Amino acid sequence: MIYNIPFIAVAALVIIGLYAVIFKRNLIKIVIGITLIESGVNLFLITLGYREGSTAPIYTNSPAGTMSLPVPQALTLTSIVIGVAVLALMLSLSVHIYRHYGTLDVRKIGKEEEQ
Amino acid sequence: MSIEQLIQDIVTHSPALIIAIPLLGAFLTPLISRINDKIRNIFVILTVGLTGFIAFLLSYDVLINGNIHSYVFGGGRSVIALPSGSSFAIRILFEVDGLNAFMIIIGAILAFVGVIYSYSFMKGNTGLDKYYTLILLMIAGMFGMMLTGDMFNFFVFLEITSISSCALIAFWTNKGKSIEAGFKYIVISTIGALFVLFAIALLYGKYNALNMAVLANSIDIVNNGFIDKTALVLLISGLAMKAGIVPMHMWLPDAYGRAPSSVTIILIGTTQASLYALFRVCFTLYGSQLTQTLKYIRFNLGGSTVIFDIRLNGVFALIIIVLAILTIVVGVLMALKQNNLKRMIAFAAIAEIGYMFLAVGAWVWVIGSEHGMVALKGGIFHIINDALDIGLLFLVAGAIYYVTKETSLNKMGGLARNMKYTTIFFVIGLLAVSGMPPMNGFASKLLIYESIYHVNPILSIIAILCSILLLAIFVKVFHSAFLGPKIPKFDKVKEAPISMLIAMGMIACLIIFFGLFPNFIVENIVEPAANAIIDNSSYISHIIGGA
Amino acid sequence: MEIWQKLLETLSTENGFWNPLIWLVAVVIAYLIIYILRGYGKKECKEKTEQTKAFLSGNPEYEKEKMHIKGSNIYWGFTESLKWVYDLLEKMHTENVSDFILWFVIVMGIIFLLVGVI
Repeated sequence: MIYNIPFIAVAALVIIGLYAVIFKRNLIKIVIGITLIESGVNLFLITLGYREGSTAPIYTNSPAGTMSLPVPQALTLTSIVIGVAVLALMLSLSVHIYRHYGTLDVRKIGKEEEQ
Repeated sequence: MSIEQLIQDIVTHSPALIIAIPLLGAFLTPLISRINDKIRNIFVILTVGLTGFIAFLLSYDVLINGNIHSYVFGGGRSVIALPSGSSFAIRILFEVDGLNAFMIIIGAILAFVGVIYSYSFMKGNTGLDKYYTLILLMIAGMFGMMLTGDMFNFFVFLEITSISSCALIAFWTNKGKSIEAGFKYIVISTIGALFVLFAIALLYGKYNALNMAVLANSIDIVNNGFIDKTALVLLISGLAMKAGIVPMHMWLPDAYGRAPSSVTIILIGTTQASLYALFRVCFTLYGSQLTQTLKYIRFNLGGSTVIFDIRLNGVFALIIIVLAILTIVVGVLMALKQNNLKRMIAFAAIAEIGYMFLAVGAWVWVIGSEHGMVALKGGIFHIINDALDIGLLFLVAGAIYYVTKETSLNKMGGLARNMKYTTIFFVIGLLAVSGMPPMNGFASKLLIYESIYHVNPILSIIAILCSILLLAIFVKVFHSAFLGPKIPKFDKVKEAPISMLIAMGMIACLIIFFGLFPNFIVENIVEPAANAIIDNSSYISHIIGGA
Repeated sequence: MEIWQKLLETLSTENGFWNPLIWLVAVVIAYLIIYILRGYGKKECKEKTEQTKAFLSGNPEYEKEKMHIKGSNIYWGFTESLKWVYDLLEKMHTENVSDFILWFVIVMGIIFLLVGVI
């Protein structure tokens, strides 16, 4: 049972992130929701590589025993870097939107007001 | 070294060169723009031209000679032999078969035309060195999406393309609208990509492989297949949202309508690359499972038992055909009411994606029969036709905006007196989009109508009616913008600049060429792509070797 | 010469065929016949006189800018008679980012019910 806790945490993170994107009105809260979903998926990737009673996958001076898989750790590093770039882009766009519209409410900035 | 030896060497290394040359150009562009502006523009055009030339060489070898190319990054072999005797796939690899070669041709044409068009469309804007860098990055990402043979590599290129596209959509930062369109695009794109990554992680966890050929060999739905089915659902939803299928299409009018026109024509290429990825997942990864039975339903009916078996291709066909009909009808009806020129063309683009989807859905329903093959050829032919037609219409809209600085149809009129060439190109685009002979739209739509009629007549009637409504939409644009009396505000407008006319002329010549010789294109370019979708065994056996 | 032979083949669907070059020849012949028939018409109509001005039932002609039908007034009859469809579509197309993701989750749920459970 205790080995299922990371998977339950992944499901909770994704669901809370989706709730924040769908039901919140502030632009910054939508950005936070996207970051939560991304953290959940990264946690899922790392959890796939764990084997019971294993150590870090480094060969130098390693103790005997099994090692956890190194490939998901490389995939997660790539995904974290992509997430940082997307987060920076979204926040700078939010700053520009606040300068032009004066508000951060999603329902007010969405209308196409020209005839 | 002779010329043939040189060409053979270039073709062997071409999957890496097609991605490496735009990347190198993207990082050299800020340095070169310190020297002069004109030299930088010529450098970008030459880079994209060289990439397009190598892409044409590669697709000639794959389509005409019929070889499948694969390129392993790292230079070794793609499988190693474990001590226990079985082989294990390692290293990232690119694999080019008929369907990839077809998509590369589309990407090369759209990229080259877009860069030539932006030579004079973006004059007078500041920050142009960042613009050209981002366009080269977007082109590199688009080619990477179309060429790769590895699932996580596809996710990385998907994110590269969406980040550069978002920055280019929000390029005109002096108005608030473009920035809001960019924000919507990046939110939608990131959530779609994260769910695709979740599905890739699920498949990796079960099969310990990221390679598309190895996954295609081992996916199994029937025995303990719940994880495979969940991964399939997540992949279809995420990729369909990126491709613009109703009801997840609402980012498309904003993103296409508020971006500069030369960016929009390359965005069309990336949207169709997502559609290609959807086909690759459905029909190559899950291709051998298409005729497997999901569930038996049996019940007693007056003494004898009636057995229904629900197969995977029946469920696919139901999903794809319902979504496609919804896409066509909603796209066409919303386009009639718009007053902004580029938003109207974007809704017409959504309707055209529905046609491609409808043809492929009809093939899935009747797998194995002759009508299905004709429907599949019509659908694949419609991909390249739609890219060229909608691209030409967006270029004309951009030319009108450059000359008159107006985007609303209520304020234009009588432009045909001063802009003669633009009017001719718009008429060619109008005839091609609505499917009138002798343009290329008619050839692919004829294939779609005739084969879908045999599957179910109602689908064919809806498709023909919506095609007539598309003609009505663009006749409205033609009347409002080009015909009519001379309006004194537009008395002094001149014709569009020369590089924009050259770009529009190239696409118009291609449209007329595809329209006058349709059988040449269908036999040589479309049929290898259709054969690659039907049968995934040659894709698998090139890597694993017949397991 | 072989490439010309291959270029001129006809596209065959299952129950029919389509050759655009034969279609072009037929259209050119049709236009020639129409042009010959046009020559049999009346010769009394001269251009740029009273006979070719627009007829507005006796009403005065406004200036050119106001005579042009604007873009949003074309197809008024079509959009009025389908008003129930357009009200539904306008309510669906709120320009709100949160609603886009809501549609995505709904469609994902329906496809999951179809593929995963059935």
